[in-house]
Amino acid sequence: MTVKKLGLRQRYEHMTRGLDWETTYQKMDDVFPYDSFEGIKIKDWSAWEDPFRLTMDTYWKFQAEKERKLYAVLDAFAQNNGQTNLSDGRYVNVVKLFLTGISPEEYQAHRGFAFTGRHLRGAGARVAAQMQSLDELRHLQTQVHTISHYNKFFDGISEFPHMHDRVWYLSVPKSFFDDARSAGPFEFMIAIGFAFEYLLTNLLFVPFMSGAAYNGDMSTVTFGFSAQSDESRHMTLGIEVIKFLLEQHPDNLPIVQKWVDKWFWRGHRLLGLVAMMMDYMLPKKVMSWKEAWDIYFVEAGGSLFQDLERYGLKMPKYADIATEEAEHISHQNWAVFYQYTHAAAFHTWMPDKEHLDWLSAKYPNTFDKYYRPRWELWAEMEKEGKRFYNMALPQLCQTCQIPMAYTEPGNPAAICFRATQFQGETYHFCSDGCKDIFDGEPEKYVQAWMPVQQIFQGNCGGATVPDVLAWYNMNAGADNMDYTGSPDEKIWKEWHPDADVARKAV
Amino acid sequence: MAQVASITLLQNDDARPIIEAILADNPGVRVLNMHGAVKLDCDHSITIRRASVEERLGRAWEPQEIQLVLVSMAGNLDEDDDHFTLSWRH
Amino acid sequence: MSVQIKTVDIAPRRQTFGHVARRLGGDKPASRYQEATYDIQATANFHYKPYWEPEFWTYDTRKTAVVMDDWYKPIDPRQYYYAAYNIARANMNQAVDRNFSFVEERGLLAKISPQARAALERGLLPLRHLHWGGNMNMTEICQRGYGTAITAPCIFSAADQLGMAQIISRIGLVLDSQSATSLDAAKKTWLEDPAWQEVRRLIEDSFVERDWFQLYVAQTLGVNGVLLDFIYKFAEPAFADAGLSVAMLTEFMQDWRAEESRWSDSVVKVVAAESAHNKALVSQWATHWIARAVEAAKPLCSALLGDGGKAALAAGEAARLRAAALGLEV
Repeated sequence: MTVKKLGLRQRYEHMTRGLDWETTYQKMDDVFPYDSFEGIKIKDWSAWEDPFRLTMDTYWKFQAEKERKLYAVLDAFAQNNGQTNLSDGRYVNVVKLFLTGISPEEYQAHRGFAFTGRHLRGAGARVAAQMQSLDELRHLQTQVHTISHYNKFFDGISEFPHMHDRVWYLSVPKSFFDDARSAGPFEFMIAIGFAFEYLLTNLLFVPFMSGAAYNGDMSTVTFGFSAQSDESRHMTLGIEVIKFLLEQHPDNLPIVQKWVDKWFWRGHRLLGLVAMMMDYMLPKKVMSWKEAWDIYFVEAGGSLFQDLERYGLKMPKYADIATEEAEHISHQNWAVFYQYTHAAAFHTWMPDKEHLDWLSAKYPNTFDKYYRPRWELWAEMEKEGKRFYNMALPQLCQTCQIPMAYTEPGNPAAICFRATQFQGETYHFCSDGCKDIFDGEPEKYVQAWMPVQQIFQGNCGGATVPDVLAWYNMNAGADNMDYTGSPDEKIWKEWHPDADVARKAV
Repeated sequence: MAQVASITLLQNDDARPIIEAILADNPGVRVLNMHGAVKLDCDHSITIRRASVEERLGRAWEPQEIQLVLVSMAGNLDEDDDHFTLSWRH
Repeated sequence: MSVQIKTVDIAPRRQTFGHVARRLGGDKPASRYQEATYDIQATANFHYKPYWEPEFWTYDTRKTAVVMDDWYKPIDPRQYYYAAYNIARANMNQAVDRNFSFVEERGLLAKISPQARAALERGLLPLRHLHWGGNMNMTEICQRGYGTAITAPCIFSAADQLGMAQIISRIGLVLDSQSATSLDAAKKTWLEDPAWQEVRRLIEDSFVERDWFQLYVAQTLGVNGVLLDFIYKFAEPAFADAGLSVAMLTEFMQDWRAEESRWSDSVVKVVAAESAHNKALVSQWATHWIARAVEAAKPLCSALLGDGGKAALAAGEAARLRAAALGLEV
């Protein structure tokens, strides 16, 4: 007897056909208690379509193949001491920021998609979310395994989970994901599935991972691109979820628009850290943050929102401001970390001349006017032995938790301050975007664990910088401060005794 | 501005037949070479045909296998046994 | 001949992460499982209470009544991290594909007796819905549980349950020549056949269980330990001349059960051994859910085997023996 082979679509439909049912011994609203309070109206979950149509057997097969390839590269990288072949020892700081700031959020996404993978009422959406939950666990674990090898030789990586719960700038990504995790299941799907995965994640993974390849980090580029192959599935889920919500009921539009506005802005702020990684921390540059923004947000995001217009969904509020900021944000963030290098678990440095020229060329409208002079002054001060540190604790934005260092739209010479009153207290913000987000849910954002306020309240090991660093488990003199003079630099020079000569020759 | 449908693939041996199939089947496709990856852009829509890939690969190939070399994409996905297409509706 | 080996001095400055070293009692090489698992979940300084459960933080030890000094004690003896898990399942699935080809090419299920076919349709195919329920429960424990050591294997287990539901679907598609009519009929059986209603009631009741470790006990000792074992181990005689084919097509479930229970049993054992308080609670939960599962299996057992529920009782007895061996009072 010959058996006809089922097509992809049909096979998927049959294998997952009607697995779920309308419960009768318990009320559906008790089985799915969290999917109504957000006000989203779903008329027909069966209209959900998963374009990837992966069954578990196919999932295991593909993922196992990807993992075999990835771990073969990781093993080879370790055996050949691949870390000695990087473009420069400074490069490793990118990896440090990645493991401390991004990997724990992959984990948060894993648990968050388990939440929506259980609590969305539609079975198709649940299966897609569960696969993403598995994938996100994969990303966390492959990142830990990749960076584990760097940890053996370089500082600043060893205490990543401890730091993630405490260090001031890691509160930026942590609060972002805590925000999404504490939202309802639909908001989580828009926040992480749509705004983060679809709109913004390319900016993190594609040019940045290409940069890892260019800088000789074969292990990171391998996990990065391997993770991206899952990401495409996630992007598809993200776009599916937004179309589905908008198609289901017109009342969903204002809710979804508010979430898109909120999560776009929050994501834009978070990715400022990546902007700095790309423009300042990659010794060999691939493309500037501004170029990446133009490709992945202006062009790709533009196409997407043109498509979503038919549902009445508009470009995220302040998208124009974000695009304007793309010419500033990496410089402003690098300035913050340079000033506070004593309290950061990665190294900083002032760009050399070649790097300055590259920045001038990539940022013709802004760099020479607003940033280059400051960099040159700071470099001069370094030479004179008066390296600039900012010892005052910064004021943080109540929403994004980044120090208030961003400038006014249209006026890059003035710092932007916004404030709002709530229940007799004044709260401060770095931008209209962050203020709007607070004003939309003030009861939520007043709860935030604000690192600077916590230090003032005595909850972080003490009042002095050394006390706080000890509480962070930060190894002062190794994890923090400038690259020049660090143990990282020392080990790099041991491997490359002629590195300085070569650098100058270039 | 034309809406750009886009696919980014790994720059390796497994992806090469797919890249070649895209170049052959999508007139006007634009190529951006990156380190480790290649981004292929086309106005409105970009498609990968199973038959074209199989022709270059010399074996049976299922569009789902693209996941092994896929880095990123832009557009609405329509996938079945014979093609993998990304397109914008408006 | 003497060989001279030179090693360039590229000595590591440390062997593993600080938090892993503290758990290993010193800086020594750690396994990939350990580095991918220990202390990964955030534990302190959370920002916002969840809208959907404001009485707890997102990660909160108070979501179960059992108390652990350290939720990284119940580790996975299989040492699964994502890659190890997926590679293991991909390998198991190769056997699944081979077995399906064997059965399909020889038309083994096309030749079975009407009694065997009826038993498969009534007794085996509706099980896909029970697996789906298991998938929901393990996903819930993954999201509500505490500590990566226990929550990560739960999402693996959830994926396994979905995979098994899909294997059962494939069996249905072999039986009905890919029309899927047998799957529709099986859903009707699941929803309406009195033989299945206590099973369905049990799994629906588990969906609303708020204590995640009680849910873990209900799923692993009750649902897996009694109900799945009853069908896959004790009900074979009901499948008559299809027995051998069914055994081949459900080989994954046999292998999975043997493998997963090494983990799930060990977790229960470690949590119960933590304190008298835990032991009393876990024992009480195990007693309750095993007893309920036995009661739920009885009508199904009578319908399939005509033995007045004897095989269900035997499955329950086996589950109780296992639970007792884990240190529980059942």
